[in-house]
Amino acid sequence: MSTMRSLTFDAIIIGGGGAGLRAGLELSQSGKKTAVLSKVFPTRSHTVSAQGGITCAIASADPNDDWRWHMYDTVKGGDYIADQDAAEYMCTEGPKAVFELEHMGLPFSRFDNGRIYQRPFGGQSKDFGKGGQAARTCAAADRTGHALLHTLYQANLKNGTVFLDEWYAIDLVKNANGDIVGVIALCIETGETVVVKSKATVLATGGAGRIYASTTNALINTGDGIGMALRAGLPVQDMEMWQFHPTGIHGAGVLVTEGCRGEGGYLVNKDGERFMERYAPNAKDLAGRDVVARSMVLEILEGRGCGENGDHVFLKLDHLGEEVLNKRLPGISELSKTFAHVDPTNAPIPVVPTCHYMMGGIATNVHGQAIAQNEDGSDRIVNGLYAVGEVACVSVHGANRLGGNSLLDLVVFGRAAGKYIESALNEGVEYLEPTQSDIDAALVRLNRWNESESGESVPELKRELQQIMQNSFGVFRQEDKMEEGVKQLSDLRERIAKAGLSDKSQVFNTARIEALELDNLMEVAEATAIAALTRKESRGAHSRYDFPDRDDENWLKHSLFFPNEKRVGKRDVNFAPKTVERFEPKIRTY
Amino acid sequence: MLQVSIYRYNPETDTAPYMQEFQVDTQGRDLMVLNVMEMLKEQDSSLAYRRSCREGVCGSDGMNMNGKNGLTCVTALSEVVKDNKLVLRPLPGLPVVRDLVVDMSIFYKQYERIQPYLLNDTPAPAIERLQSPEDRDKLDGLYECILCACCSTACPSFWWNPDKFVGPSGLLQAYRFLADSRDTATKERLSELDDPFAVFRCRGIMNCVAVCPKGLNPTRAIGKIRELLLANAT
Repeated sequence: MSTMRSLTFDAIIIGGGGAGLRAGLELSQSGKKTAVLSKVFPTRSHTVSAQGGITCAIASADPNDDWRWHMYDTVKGGDYIADQDAAEYMCTEGPKAVFELEHMGLPFSRFDNGRIYQRPFGGQSKDFGKGGQAARTCAAADRTGHALLHTLYQANLKNGTVFLDEWYAIDLVKNANGDIVGVIALCIETGETVVVKSKATVLATGGAGRIYASTTNALINTGDGIGMALRAGLPVQDMEMWQFHPTGIHGAGVLVTEGCRGEGGYLVNKDGERFMERYAPNAKDLAGRDVVARSMVLEILEGRGCGENGDHVFLKLDHLGEEVLNKRLPGISELSKTFAHVDPTNAPIPVVPTCHYMMGGIATNVHGQAIAQNEDGSDRIVNGLYAVGEVACVSVHGANRLGGNSLLDLVVFGRAAGKYIESALNEGVEYLEPTQSDIDAALVRLNRWNESESGESVPELKRELQQIMQNSFGVFRQEDKMEEGVKQLSDLRERIAKAGLSDKSQVFNTARIEALELDNLMEVAEATAIAALTRKESRGAHSRYDFPDRDDENWLKHSLFFPNEKRVGKRDVNFAPKTVERFEPKIRTY
Repeated sequence: MLQVSIYRYNPETDTAPYMQEFQVDTQGRDLMVLNVMEMLKEQDSSLAYRRSCREGVCGSDGMNMNGKNGLTCVTALSEVVKDNKLVLRPLPGLPVVRDLVVDMSIFYKQYERIQPYLLNDTPAPAIERLQSPEDRDKLDGLYECILCACCSTACPSFWWNPDKFVGPSGLLQAYRFLADSRDTATKERLSELDDPFAVFRCRGIMNCVAVCPKGLNPTRAIGKIRELLLANAT
């Protein structure tokens, strides 16, 4: 492959969603030669689907709001395995990051006094859980992600960021010292493969909800960054922690924002009962998402589900009135009509918990630097590699993310990584140039697919993978089902290794991309499965019938999945915020 | 069985585009067009098209379905199929890369041309810039654009002058910033648009309004820009 072209940038950002664009903006503003490489045109990234808002203590709805309350909610919401230094950083830097977005032009909804509109979201409180429900989620109607993503793309255009649109990252290039020095990438339009060299490779590839059969996630959410990290031999953290959003539209899986409940909507079972009052007497429908999702599943399992098959519950919005629906939730009305054939002004929306968000990912510090582990269990920075957004596990979300915290995570840590990389580049970093064999190592799987003769088809294998995950690693989990799932995945891995790509053309070959994505889905699914089997407790989104209680003695820890040995280790949770007292683990109720 | 006729062209092997016929068993379900395409791709993995969010917000899958532009992921068969037949073609007027994938460069170029970002020459305050709900309301119907290009590629004026006429999508965005009380560059923006082509090639055909999958009205926005241009004329 001596003819392969190489491109060189100060920083290469892989992924053009909110996190990647925010990092790209910071770096291009600093004058660094920065490229954002994305498999879709940036505004097609999954950030665009975020609806309800970005949670941040900007003290608009409540002038006395306090970032410490937001931090408390975040740590509690994460069932105490969120890193408190990271949660502190996010909640203190958040207001700056949100005001910057507004200054860039983000069309936030407004209060009468002209300030940014904020709505209540799940798991929010005043005064460290003692002051009742807070309204802390800044919104642009129910299209906040769309508004945020377009605004960031526009800001990057203004600042001259280089875009490699519709390029697909295949694997990380690692030098002899184990530093990450770039990535192999494929131009989808031409089929050309190049090596992109850089002193800072930023993974901003988003989530991987497509490992499940039913998900709110875009078709592109295939865990490409997780796959690349695992194939580079790096560990990933807390992969058993998957959020099931309470309100995916039954059948279609399309998301209906938690903002619906924030604006006053609520869930009912087939008897018309507002059942969340039984499970979460204080917060009711605005309890943590894990709590609400479990309650819904219990209602369905106990025979109080709605519909012919009793397999969903209803989200009631009609009492809010047309004005609120049109003004605050216009996108929801549209989606509901399209995908549930229901007009929420006069009928409830059928909803069911649906895979939504990956709390786990590549462990990082607050600067976005990727972290692996030394043999003695201490952290080891992976030189040259950064991760931001959903692919990262910094970890602000712990075992369960609060609504509205993902958009904040994207902009706060995209920005932080950009700033850190800028200063690191200014101080000067030198890594060994990759050798031809380093580059060849990153080309192995592309070559495998390109040389495959015949074999099972990609869509069929993908469907099986999604079914295994859906059956064995859903809202509730148990040992025997998970063991069976792990075994099935192990068989599936062997079959995928022999699967075939029949279309070998160069120009816009989407079959090749889907094959490469399947490899990544497999990596994510396996890490999830083995980590879930190993964590023998229930915490946040990870609920086990056989271990129903939280076990702080053994599992007040991050899990760390090591791909080479397929082993799960532990990593300490940070309990050392810089400016406030740490929040001690308490029983988590809403 | 649904009869589906699809535009095919692979520049590596085909000298000219052609229509390929497929039969799809929908089992009587009112699927979205995108679901049908996924079924077809399982029959023939070489079929190329773009898709991402599958819920009508990312704008990837603009396409011409039985003669009308729209998003395949939010268009139910019952809305477009006539006589049990579905004809899928790439968005009109743009170069075809492969099958249903078009080269959108000129569309994006027209978007970039209108400076699609807030320009404000006053120092930013420590908090957000204030904006009244009434002023914010002026952005409704404008900021929701998803850049799917359904409108611009349905516009005869854009077909003729894609390099000089900004097109409905770009002009909708131009007005989105002109209408923003926080933007201070109205004069500059208008002077950039003040030529015989950029805005005035719009002939009020309103295909853009008829096809916009988000229910937006570029023609109205263009009318507003015309008014501003006329008011500012010397």
